[in-house]
Amino acid sequence: MSRRIAMALAAAATLLIAPVQADVIAISGGTVHTLSDTGTIEDAVILIEDGQITRVGRGLRIPDAATVIDATGKVVTPGLFAAHTQLGLVEVNAVSDTVDGQQRGTEFGAAFEVADAYNPASTLVAVSRVEGVTRAAIVPSPGFAWNGTPGGVVSGQAAVVHLGEGDDFLVLRKAAVVAHLGANGGALAGGSRAGALLALTTAFEDAIDYARFRDAYDAGARRAYSVSRADLEALQSVLTGDTPVYLSVDRASDIRVAIDMADRFGLKLVIVGGAEAWKVADRLAASNTAVIVSPLNNLPGSFDSLSSTLENARALQEAGVRLAFGDGDTHNARNLTQLAGNAVAHGLPWIDGLRAITATPADVLGLGDKFGRLAPGMVADVVVWDGDPLELTSYPVEVLIDGAVVEGDSRQTLLRDRYRDLTDARPPAYRNR
Amino acid sequence: MISINRSVLVLGLALLVGCGGDDDADTSSEAFASTYVPAAADPVLIENATVFTGTGERLDDADVLLVDGRIEQVGQDLRAPRDATVIDATGRFVTPGIIDVHSHLGVYASPGVQAHSDGNEATGPNTAEVWAEHSVWPQDPGFSAALAGGVTTMMILPGSANLFGGRAVTVKNVFGRTVMDMKFPGAPYGLKIACGENPKRVYGSRGQAPSTRMGNIAGFRKAWIEASAYRDKLDAAARGEGEAPTRDLRLETLAGALNGDILVHNHCYRADEMAVMLDLGREFGFKITAFHHAVESYKIADLLAKADACSAMWADWWGFKMEAYDGIRENVAFVDAAGACAIVHSDSEIGIQRLNQETAKAVAAGRRAGLEISDGHAMRWLTINAAKALGIEDETGSLEPGKMADVVLWDRNPLSVYARAEQVWIDGVLMYDRNDPGKQPVTDFALGTVSAAGGVR
Repeated sequence: MSRRIAMALAAAATLLIAPVQADVIAISGGTVHTLSDTGTIEDAVILIEDGQITRVGRGLRIPDAATVIDATGKVVTPGLFAAHTQLGLVEVNAVSDTVDGQQRGTEFGAAFEVADAYNPASTLVAVSRVEGVTRAAIVPSPGFAWNGTPGGVVSGQAAVVHLGEGDDFLVLRKAAVVAHLGANGGALAGGSRAGALLALTTAFEDAIDYARFRDAYDAGARRAYSVSRADLEALQSVLTGDTPVYLSVDRASDIRVAIDMADRFGLKLVIVGGAEAWKVADRLAASNTAVIVSPLNNLPGSFDSLSSTLENARALQEAGVRLAFGDGDTHNARNLTQLAGNAVAHGLPWIDGLRAITATPADVLGLGDKFGRLAPGMVADVVVWDGDPLELTSYPVEVLIDGAVVEGDSRQTLLRDRYRDLTDARPPAYRNR
Repeated sequence: MISINRSVLVLGLALLVGCGGDDDADTSSEAFASTYVPAAADPVLIENATVFTGTGERLDDADVLLVDGRIEQVGQDLRAPRDATVIDATGRFVTPGIIDVHSHLGVYASPGVQAHSDGNEATGPNTAEVWAEHSVWPQDPGFSAALAGGVTTMMILPGSANLFGGRAVTVKNVFGRTVMDMKFPGAPYGLKIACGENPKRVYGSRGQAPSTRMGNIAGFRKAWIEASAYRDKLDAAARGEGEAPTRDLRLETLAGALNGDILVHNHCYRADEMAVMLDLGREFGFKITAFHHAVESYKIADLLAKADACSAMWADWWGFKMEAYDGIRENVAFVDAAGACAIVHSDSEIGIQRLNQETAKAVAAGRRAGLEISDGHAMRWLTINAAKALGIEDETGSLEPGKMADVVLWDRNPLSVYARAEQVWIDGVLMYDRNDPGKQPVTDFALGTVSAAGGVR
């Protein structure tokens, strides 16, 4: 289906005489969850021109030249936006040459940018996009001592990429600064979680001082700072509230500490993990702090997450907390829909489950005006599903990234096709040709 | 009036247990023997349900009758005994209790602190002498979470650091103060062996053998040669020819595997290695009951069918190490389609809570690849096939008369992401009820540590 449409598009492009006329795609007849003010629209048409959504609604006229994707009886959503992955930063976890999401040592903290390590040819990218993941935050991870040279409490800067073809994959280079409090922060800071807080606040104070006395610092006429010059530079946009802080923390008391810290420095705070976030839901809502949780996290995996519960998402939503889903799983980033489905099974309204894997991640990263919704002016990341997208048995029929239809193959589908018929007389190496 | 029934039942059970194996003087004195005795239970009639039998069938508008801890009858318009609890399950689904053939609950308990790391005796590549049950912490909060996911039986294995990890134990997901209170009566032991990256990494990094895959196999062969000699001496002594060898725990377990008393469970990812392991089994005359993880089983599903070896698989895990790089979503379905024994397993304290969801993903992938797989058939992957791999298929794993009343009542089709287990019975005893906090087990560990305020469970 994808291939056929792609060929039709290619043919249409060739046949068009007037070069000024843009390619138009119409997705017609589906139940469209826009996640915008227009809500859910039955039997709707989405018009896409030059990679952007131009109109969404019922009974829209479809231009004659448009390529039509028939979504009758299907469900149409924005592309999935993974809020917390290492897509393109890891190929095989146990093969260190292929792992770039982690910078060891303390020479670079906030200055470390994973964007420069992103590999668009990673097999994980195609595996994820054919299942509807269209954008992803790629997030550095902490370097713990038990796994080699330790890193600091700031792991670096996350970026946002699209998972389509082409070299323009980078959507946002400095998407978030990633830091750790709680037990993990304590392990990185030399023992105590209070030490982690101190390391972080000291770095922020140094960055403020540095900004005021940059010339003096460069002239060697200012005191020493706790982090490098590059890190101090990288923290500036955090202190203006332009770049959010992805703060990994689970325990309720640590979340309170994080909110206080964010308040003190004017940070745009995003809690990542948040196993006990439900216990401080009111404070999170009052401070407009977004939370990225894994809805499957219900065991006391550590002493920081003793009160984990499957109803975390519901409780946060009811308190009015902005909610996104992600469990850091990169190879199976495609299972975002399962995360959302489980949250719904435990009380979260269905549409909020979908929102937590589309619109809210985009909002959290300051990209909500371009991605995560189906509305005029938005980038055309669209998935047409053969059923309820949160159901385990549903699958994308079509995936569009930047208005381009995604081809259907991934390394996994190629392996599948090579081995689906074991009675094939050809040795496997001679199949798929 | 109920108490009379109960006391009669308790007496009956006590007699049964007391008489079990009375011909064999050793049985009663067996170390670490199961002390699990199900509580007495009144009959339960679940009416008007959609029933997945576990044997592949789907019965609509059917009834399931549990009496004395056993499945009494499955069919339509069954009559409730006088003292039965009757449940109208209209619109709801009934399945056998879910069986996870690969769990580390209790040996890698939550919270995952170093003090709870009891699954790998990684002090030598052959530790066949260790028994997982001696590491199991019955207070692992993972057990109650798994119960809420419909899991009634699981095998708890040692980890995969070693070629021979040790004995695996099959338990019922019941709450005892000791592991013996959980042990599945009569279930055979498993022997955990591991090929591939883990043993060679763990020991190779210490400059020890094995450091390669060929080193792995050499290590296996050396051990099986020893075990064969030990077994031969035991057999000879039993025939009155010569003295029995000095008891050796390591060789005792391996000899048990050679005899078929202990089932061999092989952690193995790659297809080519599984084929080598099958040949190893042929060389020494042991059978590999199941390959675990088996990420590449789809490449040799025909060979696995021929060897009658099960594959216990994830629905979609892949890529975390080289030997998992070729994982595909269709693995389970392709193995099943080849006529081999396919099982969905967890190897995870999170995954064990929703093996029904993993099965749903696996069946959906198979259907997309063009296979016709009914929901009822797919349920075999986490019930009867799993029971077969644990050697307990005559006792549990399906809703057939005479089997243990291990039953789950779901609020909808368990292959839906929205499905939740509402009630779970083990041996006919209601062990979990989503709507009754009094029937939701709370571990010692959770007392005073876990908050449950604000209506959040």
